[in-house]
Amino acid sequence: MSAQFMPQFMQYLLSGLTVGAIYALVALGFSIIFNASHVINFAQGEFVMIGGMATVSLSAAEVPLGLAIPLAVAAVVLVGLALEKFAVEPARGASVITLIIITIGASIFLRGLATLVWDKQLHVLKAFSGDAPIAVAGATLLPQSLWVFGITLAIVLALSWFFGRTLLGKAMLATSHNRLAAQLVGINVRHVLLLSYGMSAALGAIAGILIAPISFTTYDVGVMLGLKGFAAAILGGLGSGVGAVVGGIVLGVAESMSAGYVSSAYKDAIALVITLAVLFFMPSGLFGKRGGERV
Amino acid sequence: MRQNFASPRVGGMVALALVIALLPVGLSNNYFYDVAILVGLNAIVCVGLNLLIGYAGQISLGHAGFYGLGAYGSAILSSRYGWPPLLSMLSATLVVAALAFVVGRPILRLKGHYLAMATLGLGVIIFMVIATEDKLTGGPDGMSVVAFKIGSFALREAQLWYWVVGALLLAAVWLALNLIDSPAGRALRALHGSEVGAEVLGIDAARHKLMVFVISAVFASVAGSLNAHFSGFITPSKVTFLHSIELVTMVVFGGMASTFGAVVGAAALTVLPQFLTVLKDYEMMVFGALMMGTMIFMPRGVVPSLARLFAPRRRPEGERKPGSEGAA
Repeated sequence: MSAQFMPQFMQYLLSGLTVGAIYALVALGFSIIFNASHVINFAQGEFVMIGGMATVSLSAAEVPLGLAIPLAVAAVVLVGLALEKFAVEPARGASVITLIIITIGASIFLRGLATLVWDKQLHVLKAFSGDAPIAVAGATLLPQSLWVFGITLAIVLALSWFFGRTLLGKAMLATSHNRLAAQLVGINVRHVLLLSYGMSAALGAIAGILIAPISFTTYDVGVMLGLKGFAAAILGGLGSGVGAVVGGIVLGVAESMSAGYVSSAYKDAIALVITLAVLFFMPSGLFGKRGGERV
Repeated sequence: MRQNFASPRVGGMVALALVIALLPVGLSNNYFYDVAILVGLNAIVCVGLNLLIGYAGQISLGHAGFYGLGAYGSAILSSRYGWPPLLSMLSATLVVAALAFVVGRPILRLKGHYLAMATLGLGVIIFMVIATEDKLTGGPDGMSVVAFKIGSFALREAQLWYWVVGALLLAAVWLALNLIDSPAGRALRALHGSEVGAEVLGIDAARHKLMVFVISAVFASVAGSLNAHFSGFITPSKVTFLHSIELVTMVVFGGMASTFGAVVGAAALTVLPQFLTVLKDYEMMVFGALMMGTMIFMPRGVVPSLARLFAPRRRPEGERKPGSEGAA
């Protein structure tokens, strides 16, 4: 073991945690919609893409970042609400796989729209607070990573407060456990569904904005980020908030370590092999509900 | 069971054979033949995939991986190592069947979205291997593939390919229809409704799921091999996650648990993009909107929805409603 080991390891760990936090945010978006409707929203990655792209063009139009970000998030929330209202809601009662195809159609539609509104070029967003690297235990950390950690932590805390302490959050949880029973006790499950799309869209947008200064953003950046978020949500156990966060972090760190120590070409493949291996032994993910089938 | 021309099995087969036989009248140049062959190859994949998704209720978002393994397996053996194409294709098919058999058991223990993720992961892993091992596969640039030859007879003209693919499609449909109406097919539909319920009745659910998974992988692999030899060139774009999604979309679009629906879905979603290219920049948007619109207004797919519209009182044999759970 060389003297280089620790700093190198730290470097991989820090970059893994940064990406992992982004995956965690995307995975939380998947989980919230899954809880409300038992549907995997394949347009989740497009929320990420639109968030990043909208912020890039707003800040290119000289809008200060402090205003551009909330505007971009609001725009993505509108897209999310529209998706629920005009695509998911009219197909109420359709089978899960039909709903999945609808969200895939929506993701293709949104990618197409993005090539019209923007283009197919790579765009880069300026880091929130400079690019001067910070030294941490021999490794370097970009200030943007601190933003990623801080905002992700804040969101996780806010979500756990929302689902644990507020009436609305509890109503959403109740709907996820038993939709009919929730309706019977007076919860407006249609509002819950709408709200879940809005929240997921906001989470996706924030993830997209946070990552834009680190990796470039372009019209199809959502495909891979959506896929990773889905993998993270499954790895952690669908519908579990803790699972989504742990799944995201594990996936991000595994990827970064594989890229550093094994092969950068196979980093995504190794992360997926780990996900599959976990599923083989824990078929409901790390923190998923283990339910039996009712006949 | 009384079989006559009104039954979807025989009647549908005859109709499909007629369409395949008469289509060349309207195919005025090679481009149309190319599209028709592509339709046939996609339809073969979808007929197999529909057995898995529509009848057994097991989703797969990774079949482009099997398609790609068939394509690249056949391409590498025949073009890099000089094996006869037919032998290359059969070897690739055997390898894919073995792979599906080995990974199928642990993967098919998973349910619903977990199964979707596992198959998706499998497909992406296959894609990454193909895109990365450029010495063997040519990497992202793809590789050229020798023409399909049996002995000294080379299959080159599109017209010839058309008949070969048409005959294979008929064979695939015939196999699928027979499987569905066999005890194994009834077992599949039973476990779609309820796996526990099916096991209580003495059905080995794991074995049946594995069987249909391997069959669907083999269909995809053969179609992949043929596509590689037909087009003479392959790139990893046919192995991507998006292509897997496209295949599932074809099945759902045409109508799950309807073999002819799978054929119609493959035809519609293969031909549609060819027309949409005139829209240029709007192509993707319109395609996505059409996909959403069809599924919103015909949630059970085109063929079952139309069949209902035209025959409101008769419920054809081939489109019994499977379990209420859809992908779960």
